[in-house]
Amino acid sequence: MMTVTGISALLLTLAPALAIVLILLIGKPRAAEAMNLAASAVSLAAILAILVRDDGTATFWGGYVIVDGLGTWAVLCAAIVYFLASLYAVHYMRLLGEEARLPRFYAMFAAFGLSTLVAPLMNNAGLYWIAVELTTLISTFLVAFEREPASIEAAWKYIIVVSAGISLALLGTVLFYWAGTFVIGPTYDMTWKVLHDAAPRLNPQLASLAFLLVLIGYGTKVGLAPMHTWLPDAHSEGPAPVSALLSGALLNTAMVGVVRYLAIADAAGISALARGTLLALGAFSLFVAALFIVRQKGVKRLMAYSSVEHMGVIALGFGFGGSLGVGGALYHMLNHSLNKSAMFFGAGAVMRAYGTKRIPGIRQVLKHFPVLGALWLAGAVAITGAPPFALFLSELAIIRAGLAASHYVLIGLMAVLLIVIFVGFLNQFRIMVFEDGKPCDPDVRAVTPLMIAPMALAIVPLLVMGLWWPQAFWDHFQTIALSLGGSPVSGTAP
Amino acid sequence: MLVAQLEPLPAALFSLLAIGSLLLSFVMLGSRWLRHYLFAFAAQSWLIAILSAAIGYYGGYPELYIVAVLTAAFRGLLLPYLIFRIIRRMLVHREVSVTLQVSSTIVIGAFAVIFALAVAYRIGSALNLGGTIAVLALTVMLSMKLIGFLMLSVRHEALSQILGLLVLENGVFLGAQILVPGMPLLIEIVILFDLLIVVACFGVLVRYLVAHVGTTSTLELKRLVG
Repeated sequence: MMTVTGISALLLTLAPALAIVLILLIGKPRAAEAMNLAASAVSLAAILAILVRDDGTATFWGGYVIVDGLGTWAVLCAAIVYFLASLYAVHYMRLLGEEARLPRFYAMFAAFGLSTLVAPLMNNAGLYWIAVELTTLISTFLVAFEREPASIEAAWKYIIVVSAGISLALLGTVLFYWAGTFVIGPTYDMTWKVLHDAAPRLNPQLASLAFLLVLIGYGTKVGLAPMHTWLPDAHSEGPAPVSALLSGALLNTAMVGVVRYLAIADAAGISALARGTLLALGAFSLFVAALFIVRQKGVKRLMAYSSVEHMGVIALGFGFGGSLGVGGALYHMLNHSLNKSAMFFGAGAVMRAYGTKRIPGIRQVLKHFPVLGALWLAGAVAITGAPPFALFLSELAIIRAGLAASHYVLIGLMAVLLIVIFVGFLNQFRIMVFEDGKPCDPDVRAVTPLMIAPMALAIVPLLVMGLWWPQAFWDHFQTIALSLGGSPVSGTAP
Repeated sequence: MLVAQLEPLPAALFSLLAIGSLLLSFVMLGSRWLRHYLFAFAAQSWLIAILSAAIGYYGGYPELYIVAVLTAAFRGLLLPYLIFRIIRRMLVHREVSVTLQVSSTIVIGAFAVIFALAVAYRIGSALNLGGTIAVLALTVMLSMKLIGFLMLSVRHEALSQILGLLVLENGVFLGAQILVPGMPLLIEIVILFDLLIVVACFGVLVRYLVAHVGTTSTLELKRLVG
């Protein structure tokens, strides 16, 4: 039986898959750009169709694929970033002077986009692990695309650290399966629902060990400190569209796994340990990010550490839990995806124009590039969580969730660190945007309207969503919170 | 539950194979020659393949024969061959710079095994499986994890790091066969293919390293800090 949701889910994955084949067959750079862009647009339309219809949870293809609230939300974030990054890539990638390798780049890019769209919809814990591992393998080559020593170093560290981390998640997955065999029997399909239903009867000690392994494993991929070490390198050394996809799509994809296992841990009665660890990792991520943001010298590394910060915030949101915590964290996912894409687009454009990756070499962006500079600065204000942008609302919701759960010390710490990051991050922007320095002569022609448009497409919705939290989103978040084992709540968006 | 109701003979056989694999990871820890790592890894994979077949036979899981054949073919032959080709092309035969002497590494490895045993023992008694092969399997699984991480952190040659990763996964693979032989076949097969892709990726990356960084020692990879 094919419903509209089923057809849309098929389109979602088929479009990039078809694009990969066609790009490789045709092998022309211009055609590759167009096909990748078209595929990303189709995927975005497909996930929007699924969300608008909202048929509830459905499984496809023998139960291996699940279209549920959490998965579709992460896919929405990924699809938006994939579309914006594809749009931005068209002119940006031409600046790299790698015309002959462009078709291969776009084939890999579409494959990476596809893998981040597929992974959140995996209904089987083992298949989810494989999908996450595939995202790493594909993106390694995108990080190494520029073939400079620094990019190769970043790619190497990326694949070593993340593969080692994710092998812990594999061990955790196996231990969860083993724990399940005592309840269900020696052979079963390890879907999220089966695990969740069996959770109350799992052995708590084994479940704790398994959960911690899974959390550290997928936490590596999410970029939670102290397993974040690959993140600044990989995010800063890949081409800008790749950085955007890594930060805006990949990290959320891995977060989905953490959240699904967190729900299982709750049901298994080891909530205190599970949430405590997640909160500790989240707070430590904020701390590490604050330290490195204040004294950062690389413009894209600045953005990368900001990703560590925001993943920490999202982890705190899910850790606090409740309808506010989950809702805030999910809203923050979308906001961060939009905002960080814009930030990486701006950083990439500025880096190309000034010919340097270092903050000291970038001066007076606003004077040389009025439109780009204004959007980039607005994005910087937004990403530090200042009103009237949407990240303010989602961070506020997470803080309120923390207060409701009586985590006063943690909230105090979070507030201080967010303020440190606010000051540190904006100070870096003050230097780049306004300060006079040694006269530099950026290449004004490097930045085209097609590179600025995706930034505007990301920043304007952030402003709108900062003034008005759509009720439809809130309802969707509440369905997700409910499916994760929360108590049913209604009410309106905060 | 297979592990709880084993006859003495298969239990002894499984234990022997698991302990043999653990010993082989110590061989890897104790050598500085890349070729020795590689042979130890290949031998370990063969032991795991035999283990799969044995579990398939005694436990009544015929699909594990397929896994055994694939393990032997991929991890026992194809992967070592691919890595061997990289070694020959790179002209790097031994670990030149080590942060820790081989002897100290082995001592740390021994402590890792003791720690793994302590954890496995606790879990085993919580599940009323104390004294069965489950404890041994869990110990070997966790200690091979820890030893793999140890290799990753004290070895700097790019190939040693690849082998360290493969040891990490071998540990999971070995433990999974004993503890959860019924885990769906599909996943095991895909994980095998996945490994193949991993090594292919590494092959390409190592070539990049040689061509653009000029060395395969990851100690030289220190441009990106802060």
